[in-house]
Amino acid sequence: MKELEQSESDLIAGLVAIIRRDLLLAWKRPGDAVNPLMFYAMVCTLFPLATGPSAEQLLQYGPGVLWVAALLATLLALNGLFLSDYEDGSLDQLILSPQPLPLLVLGKALAHWLVTGLPLVLMSPLLAMTFSVPSNVMGILMLTLTLGTLSLSMLGSIGAALTVGLNRGNALLSLLILPLAMPVLIFGARTVSLAVAGDATSAGVYILAAYCMFTVSLSPFATAAALKISNE
Amino acid sequence: MSDTLAMGGYGAYVWSSVGLAVIVLILCAVLALRRHRRVLRDIGMQLRATEANE
Amino acid sequence: MWTFFHKLASPPHFYRIAPTFIRIFAIAGVVLTAVGSWNGLIEAPIDYQQKDAFRIIYVHVPSAYLSMMAYMIMAVSATIGLIWRIKLSHAVAAAAAPLGAWFTFLSLATGSIWGRPMWGTWWEWGDPRLTSQLLMLFLYFGYMALRSAIDDPGKADKASAVLALVGAVNIPIIHYSVYWWTSLHQGQTVLAGKMPPEMLIPLLINILGFTLIFAALLLYRVRSEVLYRERRARWVRELVAGQEAIS
Repeated sequence: MKELEQSESDLIAGLVAIIRRDLLLAWKRPGDAVNPLMFYAMVCTLFPLATGPSAEQLLQYGPGVLWVAALLATLLALNGLFLSDYEDGSLDQLILSPQPLPLLVLGKALAHWLVTGLPLVLMSPLLAMTFSVPSNVMGILMLTLTLGTLSLSMLGSIGAALTVGLNRGNALLSLLILPLAMPVLIFGARTVSLAVAGDATSAGVYILAAYCMFTVSLSPFATAAALKISNE
Repeated sequence: MSDTLAMGGYGAYVWSSVGLAVIVLILCAVLALRRHRRVLRDIGMQLRATEANE
Repeated sequence: MWTFFHKLASPPHFYRIAPTFIRIFAIAGVVLTAVGSWNGLIEAPIDYQQKDAFRIIYVHVPSAYLSMMAYMIMAVSATIGLIWRIKLSHAVAAAAAPLGAWFTFLSLATGSIWGRPMWGTWWEWGDPRLTSQLLMLFLYFGYMALRSAIDDPGKADKASAVLALVGAVNIPIIHYSVYWWTSLHQGQTVLAGKMPPEMLIPLLINILGFTLIFAALLLYRVRSEVLYRERRARWVRELVAGQEAIS
């Protein structure tokens, strides 16, 4: 019993350690967090600029725009997930470390979400306001975006691992991840639209939560496998 | 016969779909054949090149 | 039984025995497709709702079915190659991808053409099958793009195998999400109700015929793939040298 507790606490310690490490690294490079956030805000601005300021129209496609922009901003940020580790050799260290690689990868993806996804979620009510989204929808918006961006970080880490070190890996990453990300987009954006219309949203939220748990639990294994392959 | 072609007014749709299917299938076959010949040719050239060096 | 598979996995053996199967599948496939198409396009009675337009089903459904089967073949053989490191398996995955993409394109094109008289538009986002097929086409392109982006062939095999597996796991989710999305819009189904046997049997024959043609095409491509991958091996050099001597 004691051995089990010991190894469990080792795993948790490892997870916490890698999250702390990545958060510290991100702290030293504020651009990692700020750039995707600014990108998000700017893309949200593009749509009203392109289609006109009519309030009804904005309310209609507002949830969709907020979600697509979040998806694109997350994709943009994913490029850097393994890149710096790959370049300075710490990726080799991670792969060789005694901690299971899926665990470390999970930690990295979680840290990545904390740096890029969470600020996005926190800023979304502000941007949603510009789309005349009513304030009682903000809760659902933030909940769905949390579940969604977390799923995207998990899914995206697979793509990032597959393309790390490739030329023009950025565009390829997006190409690989976007089809897989479409269910998240569908469930998330449509649930928010349902909330705006006043319909029941529980089904969408449950589906998103289930999908999030699915990706959080399984994608680290795929990412770890992809990382080992890419680093050969 | 003209009945078959007309397909109750939908002839253009039905026959263009059928035609597209035939074209795609033939195209796949032709592309596969050409690829095979190209591979054989490339290997042949490589062989001759290495033999010339020996 | 195991020796059969063991020998099959050996590239020179596969290269030798494949042509027989290719010929059988190709001929059987073409014959069956001709029979099924003749019966479906010309003999079968018209549909109550769609009149003669429904006949597009005889090319649309087989191509849609094969587009999905090709993906499964790709994912399964890639996984087998990844786990058991069988080179032939990776070759099958690589060969299946472009074929699958073509059949997906055909399914989309015939589906769109079918939609025009039925819905009045060339594209209907509200049809879940059309949208799902489009996403599947993107998955195929992603797979082929990843393969061509990686120079090392072994790495390309393994990386694309991971991608194919992740995609395969996601396909049911994608399908479900698109259905959920269109159900919010009360999307129309393309074909409602049961099909009488005079309509159904030619369809089944066509599906079988298309599948056999696909199998022939796949085996042919795998053969080329094997030849290319093994180009430095002795059996290939002897084979090509022998061919050159004849010609």
